[in-house]
Amino acid sequence: MNKDEYKKLVDKLTPKENKSKNAFYSFLVGGLMGVIAEALVVLGTNLFKLPKTEAYLWVCLIIIFFGCLLTALGFFDNLVSKAKAGLIIPTTGFAHSVMSATLDYKRDGFITGVGANYLKLAGSVILYGILSAFFCACIGVIFHG
Amino acid sequence: MASFKYNNVYINDSFTVAGPLEADGQIHKFDLVMNDYYYKEKTFLDAEIKMQKTVIDNLLYRNKLKGQIDLLIGGDLSNQLSITSHCAVNFDIPYLGVYSACASFLEGMIIAANMIDTKRIRNSLVITSSHNLNSERQFRFPIEYGAPRALTTTFTATGSVGIIMSGNMSKFKLESATIGKAVDYNMKDATHMGAVMAPAAALTLQEHLQELKRDVDYYDVIITGDLGEIGSKIFKEFLKTSFNIKLKNHLDCGGEIFVKSQEVYSGSSGPVTLPLVVFNKILKNNRYKKILLIATGSLHSKDTTNQKKAIPSIAHALSLEVI
Repeated sequence: MNKDEYKKLVDKLTPKENKSKNAFYSFLVGGLMGVIAEALVVLGTNLFKLPKTEAYLWVCLIIIFFGCLLTALGFFDNLVSKAKAGLIIPTTGFAHSVMSATLDYKRDGFITGVGANYLKLAGSVILYGILSAFFCACIGVIFHG
Repeated sequence: MASFKYNNVYINDSFTVAGPLEADGQIHKFDLVMNDYYYKEKTFLDAEIKMQKTVIDNLLYRNKLKGQIDLLIGGDLSNQLSITSHCAVNFDIPYLGVYSACASFLEGMIIAANMIDTKRIRNSLVITSSHNLNSERQFRFPIEYGAPRALTTTFTATGSVGIIMSGNMSKFKLESATIGKAVDYNMKDATHMGAVMAPAAALTLQEHLQELKRDVDYYDVIITGDLGEIGSKIFKEFLKTSFNIKLKNHLDCGGEIFVKSQEVYSGSSGPVTLPLVVFNKILKNNRYKKILLIATGSLHSKDTTNQKKAIPSIAHALSLEVI
């Protein structure tokens, strides 16, 4: 059996992931996250009389805090692996990745461990986030001046 | 040709420390169970070192062999075999560290058997261990990171198994062995190790049968290490199409440790999977007389898979007879 034949055999016997089911759950959980965040914004603007931009900042901080806290308490990973993109795409995913890497490397020292590794997974989010923001801004400048 | 027959090599004793999830699974007869992943240590690395130490201590004590072991052979999954080496410094025994990923234990057994059979040494202690969280961190993601898993992923078993081998007669005889070749079938997906290792297992089995002039029905059972549910299907299909061998008496250890509700995807993996099942279930049940063990290993590192290199795999075979 050569390599190509083997690849066909493997593809035939490997079960396929149910993509629509995954997408549905992600939509549900991600949507729920959006609803919670929006509710917090409404709460902030009405109850605490915050300006809208400031309320969004607070909501972002709250979500990051809970993403980190639940990760440190040890059960957020189970939720993330079930909800998949529903919790990875929102800020919770970013907080979760930073926190889990930090926890992992705390025994390796503050400089060579935590400092060097805490952006192990989130580093690409930052780099490509900044890059895409730059290009979007360029497009904005070209078309709207 | 790399198949040998042994005249006088026996397994005298075995000792197992199993992790908490493993103890909740299908096997309940472990010698010792650690209740949490830390095993009363500060880090998971220390926990794994302690598991190995506990196994060796118990084996030496139970068999009154302190100071009389000629060779310690061990292997685990950690970078540079650091765990086994950190364990070995505690014992005043000549030490060989071996690595064939999940086939390390069988590699150790084959080396020990050859040396005992040729009377270079009187006895040997072979040990292996794996710790789910140490492997997660080394090969996959940070421990607390909940990465979505593919259905083909396997779950590294936690535990440590050690055995004492010598020329002194016992119930379990090592009959023959085949050292496998490293093979590459251009599989690049480290989350689908069953597909990486299945050809190695099939080729080693075929070579073993051919070199010792045996039929597949010679064995009561053929036990593979950690191909997993999907890998086992590929393994059987490969044997059928390539060598026209129809395997009926096959058992994969990957599906013998955990129960379905523990959500371990395609099954258990790690060098400890095979000895955990063989020494705590198969040999205790007394159901089979002629047993062929085929341990498979996926020889990748995080760097080679990130750089999209095809993963080489290996399989070694060892035939056991229950007297």
